[in-house]
Amino acid sequence: MKTLVLVEHADGAIKDATLAAVTAAAKLGEVHLLVAGKGVDSVAAAAAKIAGVGKVHVADGAHLEHQLAEDVAPVAAALMADHDAFLAPATTTGKNIAPRVAAALDVMQISDILSVEGADTFTRPIYAGNAIATVKSKDAKKVITVRGTAFEKAARDGGSGSVEKVDAGSHDGKAEFVSAEISKSERPELTSAKIIVSGGRAFGSSDQFHSLLDPLADKLGAAVGASRAAVDAGYAPNDYQVGQTGKIVAPELYIAIGISGAIQHLAGMKDAKTIVAINKDEEAPIFQVADVGLVGDLFKIVPELTDKL
Amino acid sequence: MKVLVAVKRVIDFNVKPRVKMDGSGVDLANVKMSMNPFDEIAVEEAIRLKEKGNATEIVAVSVGPAKAQETLRTALAMGADRAILVQTDDEVEPLAVAKILAKIAEEEQPGLFILGKQAIDDDSNQVGQMLAALLGWPQGTFASKVEPQGDHVSVTREVDGGLETVKLATPAVVTTDLRLNEPRYASLPNIMKAKSKPLATKAPGDFGVDTTPRLEVLKVTEPAKRQAGDKVGSVDELVAKLKTLGVVA
Repeated sequence: MKTLVLVEHADGAIKDATLAAVTAAAKLGEVHLLVAGKGVDSVAAAAAKIAGVGKVHVADGAHLEHQLAEDVAPVAAALMADHDAFLAPATTTGKNIAPRVAAALDVMQISDILSVEGADTFTRPIYAGNAIATVKSKDAKKVITVRGTAFEKAARDGGSGSVEKVDAGSHDGKAEFVSAEISKSERPELTSAKIIVSGGRAFGSSDQFHSLLDPLADKLGAAVGASRAAVDAGYAPNDYQVGQTGKIVAPELYIAIGISGAIQHLAGMKDAKTIVAINKDEEAPIFQVADVGLVGDLFKIVPELTDKL
Repeated sequence: MKVLVAVKRVIDFNVKPRVKMDGSGVDLANVKMSMNPFDEIAVEEAIRLKEKGNATEIVAVSVGPAKAQETLRTALAMGADRAILVQTDDEVEPLAVAKILAKIAEEEQPGLFILGKQAIDDDSNQVGQMLAALLGWPQGTFASKVEPQGDHVSVTREVDGGLETVKLATPAVVTTDLRLNEPRYASLPNIMKAKSKPLATKAPGDFGVDTTPRLEVLKVTEPAKRQAGDKVGSVDELVAKLKTLGVVA
């Protein structure tokens, strides 16, 4: 079986989520990659070094600069004539592009897989992670998005893939990129961080959220996350949101502070290795999944914890 | 312009789903069902476009069992003008739903087709993108802002790392993210009025769409349960515990 993995990249660097998709693809067979973008020679060279990679297909064109689904999906769909499976990381980029590829091939997509059980059988979460479905695809070709936290990341070096230019297609013209507003952060990326400190509505204000959480995160070298309530209240930007509708994370340590633990939030973090909950309500559902709980006032506990670490 | 909105009847988001003992699926008998939360946002956005004079007519569409009528009535009570139910008792996968919606779009010729970004039951996040692909229309997924401007629509999208704005030629497909708007409640008089708004019932066969599933669900299981751990009494104990667990140095 030949697989084609969509490489997600920004500013010349390959994102970690791609490496997890490569691991999932390797379970199915020979791994080929697709690098689409503008001026992506260095990305292609880096992609060829990923362990276990065969061919790297490079679609280079000005219209692919922002990797719009309308322009990237036809390139991927054309390459699928020679591949048996298309895998993309289950990031906003992968989720945007993959279903368009699936529709072009007239196959069902298997979203957000957690494991590969066989050439056509996969597990995936449904109902906000409250159930795990094992599904078998009857389609000749598979289109799959891969949950990044469910697979080991392939090594960034050790591979010796060959780079090959492919037809970059033409600009669809119906969709144009206008602008992007990327939140700047010195801290590790949420989805790949080893430690995450996450705050909820209990912080009461954006100032308190940052003045209390940021020093703790810096002390731990952690990423900062947030519940939907905290994001909706404007304490943190929306890309901090952990949960069913935000990011799915599985760090070594997840510290939930002032978060009650609604099922939608738990869906995003319950695969963390160790969960610590700090909450003043001892009945909060977060304590049912926490390995270590501390009941008390976060305004006292967080500064003390920051001091003592 | 006419706006089409797709809505799905799903388990209410406040209900904790229970997996059936025989592993055949999630138990939906006697469980409260509601409109998928992302679809409420889609309906709300369509109504706001009408209130601003951008939309002339709003048609709500659903594919599902007879009871999905209730979901459509909710959309009508919120402010949709008429509804189409494609009635079937079978589970219809995103690809088949997208094909049915594409046929309806060809008949109705909307300027905008708004859907939720994902349904909270199958968590697929596919229908909007597939619909756009089938129609050859551009897509604005995970939208947090939608602004029609003449013959195009400006869509701000929530992407990993921040926001992205795209300009799409209409007709276009938009899928809603949580922060697009806050859906309104239907008032009692509007709920009464919705009962007399037109609701057409069709079948998947009317559109020539084969709904045979492509994915076979072999089993549905509960996720591994986490054991609740210990509570500690002080920050010192917490720090000590974290050190024992080896998660902090």
